[in-house]
Amino acid sequence: MIRVQNLVKKFGAFTAVDDVSFEVAEGEIFAFLGPNGAGKTTTIKMLTTLLKPTSGAIELDGLNPEVKQNEARRRFGIVFQDPSLDGDLTAEENMEIHGVLYHVPHKVRRQRTEALLKQFELWDRRKDQVKKFSGGMKRRLEIARGFLHTPKILFLDEPTLGLDPQSRNQLWTHVKKVNEAEKVTVFLTTHYMDEADRVAHRVGVIDHGKLVAQGTPQQIKEQTKTETLEEAFLALTGSTIRDESAGSADHMRQFAKMWQGGKR
Amino acid sequence: MSAIYILWLRELKRYTRSRVQLLASLGQPLMYLLVLGFGLGPVFQRAGQGSYLQFVAPGVIGMTVLFSSIFSGLGLLWDRQFGFLKETLVAPVSRLQIMIGRTLGGATVAVLQGLLVTLVCVIAGFRPLHLANVPLALGFMLLIATVFAGLGVAVGSSLQDMQGFQLIMNFLVMPIFFLSGALFPLDGLPKVLGAVTMVDPLSYGIDGMRAVLIDKAHYGAMVDFEVLVAVAVLFIVIGAWRFSKIEI
Repeated sequence: MIRVQNLVKKFGAFTAVDDVSFEVAEGEIFAFLGPNGAGKTTTIKMLTTLLKPTSGAIELDGLNPEVKQNEARRRFGIVFQDPSLDGDLTAEENMEIHGVLYHVPHKVRRQRTEALLKQFELWDRRKDQVKKFSGGMKRRLEIARGFLHTPKILFLDEPTLGLDPQSRNQLWTHVKKVNEAEKVTVFLTTHYMDEADRVAHRVGVIDHGKLVAQGTPQQIKEQTKTETLEEAFLALTGSTIRDESAGSADHMRQFAKMWQGGKR
Repeated sequence: MSAIYILWLRELKRYTRSRVQLLASLGQPLMYLLVLGFGLGPVFQRAGQGSYLQFVAPGVIGMTVLFSSIFSGLGLLWDRQFGFLKETLVAPVSRLQIMIGRTLGGATVAVLQGLLVTLVCVIAGFRPLHLANVPLALGFMLLIATVFAGLGVAVGSSLQDMQGFQLIMNFLVMPIFFLSGALFPLDGLPKVLGAVTMVDPLSYGIDGMRAVLIDKAHYGAMVDFEVLVAVAVLFIVIGAWRFSKIEI
């Protein structure tokens, strides 16, 4: 369903994604793990047509998202790592815009909006502007919105960030349900190794832009001779803490970026 | 089509919901209208040009439409910052539709804002000579709004964050306003200033409104109309092209 070959993304001299290749089969749940700044989100952005790769090939359901952008976009849904709601609109209106943009028929849209908002306990607040929501509520709304249409591939970029255990549980139950019932392929990233261990069929570990291991959670553990996925992860990526933003050179680049426009 | 509509509707909803912003945006036009309108009135009269309030009102209306439409285009930067832009960019809708929806929404809001200021002008004492021509003035407002909403999207797509905002304000928006003849007649200007005002699209918009509302035209309504349509098409095309190139 997803095929990535020798994918490279460079921002100036910095290589964010370095020669990454992997495949995700139809109906599979694939967890993409890595420390901060390892290149997870950049990879997702390239898979979802938000960024153009420097080199390498991507296939989504047999389509190249660079060439057939709209065709590709029809096939996936995504829950972003950072907020993407319109704070001035109500929860219901945010759902409505999403439904219209994803061509969900009116009737289905209303039914599913109600069901999802109830499931994520936002129904009572549906008429409130999103900017009045707490962080957790916004997060839940993003997730509910992501499930409004049924895509072939679902991208979840750190979906459980800032969620309480109840909502987290709801989320994974729902992910498993759509995966089993509707054969939705799921590509997720998370920092919670226990979650990855529990839901993912296969995992890939990325560090400094390079894919350092991939296989079932069991295989990864065996390969590193560790007991848990967390230990395996640390064995593979080391224990130094990563820093996403760097020194003044980066600030200069940011300034230059402003002038170069979309090119960066 | 429904995507264009829903994004257009979004701009309208945002406009009607931010009452504070709505009131705040009336401040500047009011100042120009009342302070300059009455302050420069006597001098203008003595120069044999008639009422300055009558003269400056279309300029102030044009200014309002300019600011409102260009900011709605730059609203792209806020959407980029708060993330909503991503949500629309990954949706299975062509970027052209998204851009058109946003631009039309922004233009509509700008025209509404222009009408509001027109009302204020009338309350302050502005009297259009031909009431039958008011729809024509509305047409000019719509053209101004489209031109600058297009320009706003083009500029907004080319910037990465809000840092450039002040720059745009000082080196693009304010010059467009001051060089448009909103505040002074375009006849008999020094050569350089005259030449600069000729390349400012807003001067055609305001000239058009003056032509139909108070019978004072420099270029003539037909020329104004043709230039504005041409520039609107050009800016929309550039805006759509820049928008299609956005990467996040």
